[in-house]
Amino acid sequence: MSALTISGLNKSFGGLHVTRSVDLDIQPGERRLILGPNGAGKTTLFNLITGELTPDTGTIKLFGQDITKVPSRDRPHLGMARTYQIITLFGKDTIIHNVRLALLGLSPMRWNPWTNLRRDDRFTETGHKALARVGLSHIADRPLSQTSYGERRRVEIAMALAQEPKILLLDEPFAGLSIDERRDVHKCLMAIPRDVTIVMIEHNMDVALEFAEHITLLHFGEVIVEGSRAEVVADPRTREVYLGH
Amino acid sequence: MSEIFSADNRLRFIALAIALAVLVSLPFWVSGIYYINVGSQILFFAVFALGLNILVGYAGLVSLGHAGLFGISAYATAYMLQHGFGHTSAIMMALVVGVASMALFAVLSLRSSGIGFIMITLALGQILWGLAYRWISVTDGDNGIPVRGRPAPFGYSLTDPVHFYYASLIVFIVAVAMVFIFVRSPFGAALMGTRDQPRRMNALGYHVWMIRFYACLFSGLLTAVSAILFVYYTNFISPQTLSLTASAEVLLMVISGGPGTLLGPIVGATLVVVIKTVVSGFIERWNFLLGAIFVAIVILMPEGIVPGSARLWRLVTRKRTAAPPAPAATTERTP
Repeated sequence: MSALTISGLNKSFGGLHVTRSVDLDIQPGERRLILGPNGAGKTTLFNLITGELTPDTGTIKLFGQDITKVPSRDRPHLGMARTYQIITLFGKDTIIHNVRLALLGLSPMRWNPWTNLRRDDRFTETGHKALARVGLSHIADRPLSQTSYGERRRVEIAMALAQEPKILLLDEPFAGLSIDERRDVHKCLMAIPRDVTIVMIEHNMDVALEFAEHITLLHFGEVIVEGSRAEVVADPRTREVYLGH
Repeated sequence: MSEIFSADNRLRFIALAIALAVLVSLPFWVSGIYYINVGSQILFFAVFALGLNILVGYAGLVSLGHAGLFGISAYATAYMLQHGFGHTSAIMMALVVGVASMALFAVLSLRSSGIGFIMITLALGQILWGLAYRWISVTDGDNGIPVRGRPAPFGYSLTDPVHFYYASLIVFIVAVAMVFIFVRSPFGAALMGTRDQPRRMNALGYHVWMIRFYACLFSGLLTAVSAILFVYYTNFISPQTLSLTASAEVLLMVISGGPGTLLGPIVGATLVVVIKTVVSGFIERWNFLLGAIFVAIVILMPEGIVPGSARLWRLVTRKRTAAPPAPAATTERTP
């Protein structure tokens, strides 16, 4: 069974047709890279997959279950986690509290109005474990406002990993990072076990290419080329829309 | 667990004990019924401000219609009493009507947040104010509804101002404890998350609308409780209590004291009530003074009196010790 199957997905904003009959089939454990120049509709595709946008036509299936009509807030409960291209964190809180919120989101405890969350060791311990996976557990109690951009990226990833997703959607995890920071993030991503399927958007080729096995190339909302890394890189159409400049 | 006994917490405990001692002993060292009544007013308006702060401070939803909700509970109490029901049923009815109206308010206004939320709550508040004026068969319009007598729980008659003060104090302490526990709870953390990053909270699996809705109900409950105390205090309710000015006043209590803090609304309520009742006896243009104080707050400490004073205090103490830069303030310690 495929981890994620998308068929005939279309989305228009007024006259702008941003997603054109996109079909995707991603196998469990796969590392899929969605590549494309700016404005290719990559983030829109992610927003359609996570349900933040509703598609005009088409279906999305997660491990065989049709989730096209499932509200976006219920999708994390089905094993889907995402990170944002523009870092979206709780800036007034500590790193560990950010991760705790991610854990709480999937727990029935989130409706509990009387216990003390900070004293709940389960969340703190699991949160520390998730932060250890991205190498941040030593600064877990630091306020987010005192962290670097690269560290925030890793907090984003830790929050997604804390939810133990079956499928992880990464929206440009390397955007805006220095070379050293990229290496750190790359290391975190490589350490994610194979039972997590990863779909990554990136337009930075060098880092992303070595990570992905399969690549889908989007251009003006359409899938232009799809195949293994070598096939896509060698394809003349890739060179034309992407590498040609 | 050692952190309970840290210097910071010990200081907090001492401050709490002193505050409690002052509040409990107030009727003994304050001369005159008048000031005891001012104390009661501060207490129930503080409960009202605490209720509004749940929305303004912790949910990030600014309501300009809370006086309408306050008024509808007060009218419910007065109406029930006028029609011969006992105090218990009147109070129960006021709580039910208050929370139910808040639920209706929430369903209509939670369709948006930000400016949209403000405008819808403003409109709803004005509708209730209009109803209070025009639905004369129920509210007796401009004349209002007088309330005779105060309840006597366990034979302890609240007609005596000192007794009423203690009843208000108990309600106040329970309300503060409820908000204190709520803010530290998982649900409280979720609510503050929806204030700061609603989109992210949704992507993490939270039902943002439902969280806000429940927060509204909690706010409505505290509002109804304070309205019941108010109507028993004044023994009268008229449309003026529901006016936009009243909504703005309680919002100013929250904003001047410090939204999103536990102490802020209490300090704000104290400030507004003291100026309105006590200072207005000495200064004819007390409105001008209140305005000037708000302007000063906005300029000097835009985050409110409580967080602003804390900031100034830190600034002063840090300068005085002139120690090497203090380590980053962390709210939590590593185990």
